[in-house]
Amino acid sequence: MVTNLASRLMSRWISEETAVKARAFSYFRAATIDQALDAHARAGDDARFIAGGQSLVPALSLRLQAPRLLIDITHIDELRGVRREGSHLRIGALTRHCEMLSEPLIAEFAPLLHAAAPFVAHPAIRNRGTFGGSVALADPASEFPAMTLALDAEIEIAAPSGRRRIKADDFFIDLFETALQPGELITAIHVPLFKADQRFAFDELARRRGDYALVGCGMVATFTGERIDDIRISFFSVGNTPTRVKGAEATLIGSSLDPERIAAAQGALEGDLAPLDSDEVPPAMRLHLARVLLGRLLGRLGEGA
Amino acid sequence: MSGFDQTLLDEADETVRVRLIVNGRKVTCEVAPRDTLVDCLRDKLELTGTHAGCEMGACGACLVQIDGRAVHSCLVFAVQADGATIDTIEGLSESGVIADLQAEFHRRNALQCGFCTPGMLVNAQELLSRVTQPNREEIRDALSGNYCRCTGYETIVDAIDAVAKARSKGGGAA
Repeated sequence: MVTNLASRLMSRWISEETAVKARAFSYFRAATIDQALDAHARAGDDARFIAGGQSLVPALSLRLQAPRLLIDITHIDELRGVRREGSHLRIGALTRHCEMLSEPLIAEFAPLLHAAAPFVAHPAIRNRGTFGGSVALADPASEFPAMTLALDAEIEIAAPSGRRRIKADDFFIDLFETALQPGELITAIHVPLFKADQRFAFDELARRRGDYALVGCGMVATFTGERIDDIRISFFSVGNTPTRVKGAEATLIGSSLDPERIAAAQGALEGDLAPLDSDEVPPAMRLHLARVLLGRLLGRLGEGA
Repeated sequence: MSGFDQTLLDEADETVRVRLIVNGRKVTCEVAPRDTLVDCLRDKLELTGTHAGCEMGACGACLVQIDGRAVHSCLVFAVQADGATIDTIEGLSESGVIADLQAEFHRRNALQCGFCTPGMLVNAQELLSRVTQPNREEIRDALSGNYCRCTGYETIVDAIDAVAKARSKGGGAA
C-alpha cells in the first residue's frame, strides 16, 4: 500500500523534486509512551513517530515530509500484543500486518482483518508495516482503516493530556486527516469480538496483486436466521476517506438477502458514494465497480460466507 | 524520567553507532540517522549483493532478512535496525541454505541481467521456510513485490516451484 502511495506521489513530484534521500534528522528510540510523547513536545512538534515506516520512509525520502526528529516507537512494549479484554479484542498498535495472518486470536475474533490482510501491499511490506500506523496514516485506499469502520472499532489514543478512545466513525475526517492531533499516538485498536450470529465478507478489485484497489469493501452483518439485524459496510479507494455506505446498509437491515434487496443496496450506492474525478478511473467507472463488488460480497454473505 | 536529551535536536546528521549481527557476525557501524539500511550495507559494510533499485519499497531488489523476515532495506533506517540480526544475500549464499535455489535459477535461466535476483532469492527463501509446498499462485503472490525488468517471471516461478517440490521430497533440489 505504501509503495503505491509513494509511486502516486512520485509521479507528480519526480519531475521537479529528484531527492531520494531524507533530509537530516535526529533519531530517538523511546522506551515508553511517556518518553515518546515528551520527546515530541520538546521538539516543538516538529517530529514524527515511526513504527513500521513503510509509508513514512518513502515520504521522507521524497522529502514530502522533513521533521527534525524521528521518534522510534517500535520498542515500546505497551504498544505490542493482541489480547481479549471483555467483549473486545485489543490489538496493539505495533501489530504487524503479517501478524493479522498468523495470530490465532485475530483469525477467531476479528476474521475480517484476517481476510483483508493478504490484500495489504506485498509480503515484505506486511512483515514490517503496523496496524496502528496504517490507521494513523488513514490512506483512503488502504484496507485496514476502512475495516475499522466496518468493525465498529475504537481507536485508543495517548496524548500528553491523557488517554482517550474514539470511535472509528468519528476518527476519519478528510484526506490523510484524522482526529489524531500532532503529538498524539495510537496505542491500540479495540475491535468487538466476532460472534456466532455474525458473518463477514471482504474483497477488492485491483489491476495487479498488491496494488492499491480500484475499489475495495469489507462488511460485518448480524443475522437472525437469514434476516439481517445489523450490517456495517465500508468501502475504500472511493473518496477522501474510508467510507461507510449507510444508505445501502439501511436498505438491508430487517431483510434477507434476496436478489431484489441486493439490487436495492447496489442502487443506494449512488447516494452513498461520490468518487473523485481521476484520469485513470472515472467516477462512473468506480461507482460501477463498487456496485459489482457490493453485489458479489452480499451474495457471499447470503451463502453464509 | 524522560530519557530524551534535548541536545539531540541540534545533532541531526551527526553519526551514531549501531550494532548489528550481519550474516552471523557482530558488526558496528557509524551511520547518520537518515542513512537507510541498504546504504549502510552497501557503502559501510561493502555488502553490495543487496541492490538499491527504486529506493521506495516498490521493486524488491533491496530485500534482506531482519530477524528472519524479508523486508525492504530501503524502507528501514539503519538506526532502526540497531540490535537486529540481518541476513543478506551474501550470508544466505555462504551458508548454503539457498544453494538449491541458486542452482535451479541457474539451470532454468531464471536470471538475465541479475539485478533483481538477490531480492528474488531472499524472498523465495523466506517463503519456503514458512510454506513447505506453496502452489504457483502462492509463489506468484510472494513475489508480487519483486520486479524483474527483463520479465523472466515464468522461469523464476518454475525454479522456486521445482525447489519447493524437491525440498518437500526431502532430498534438496540439486
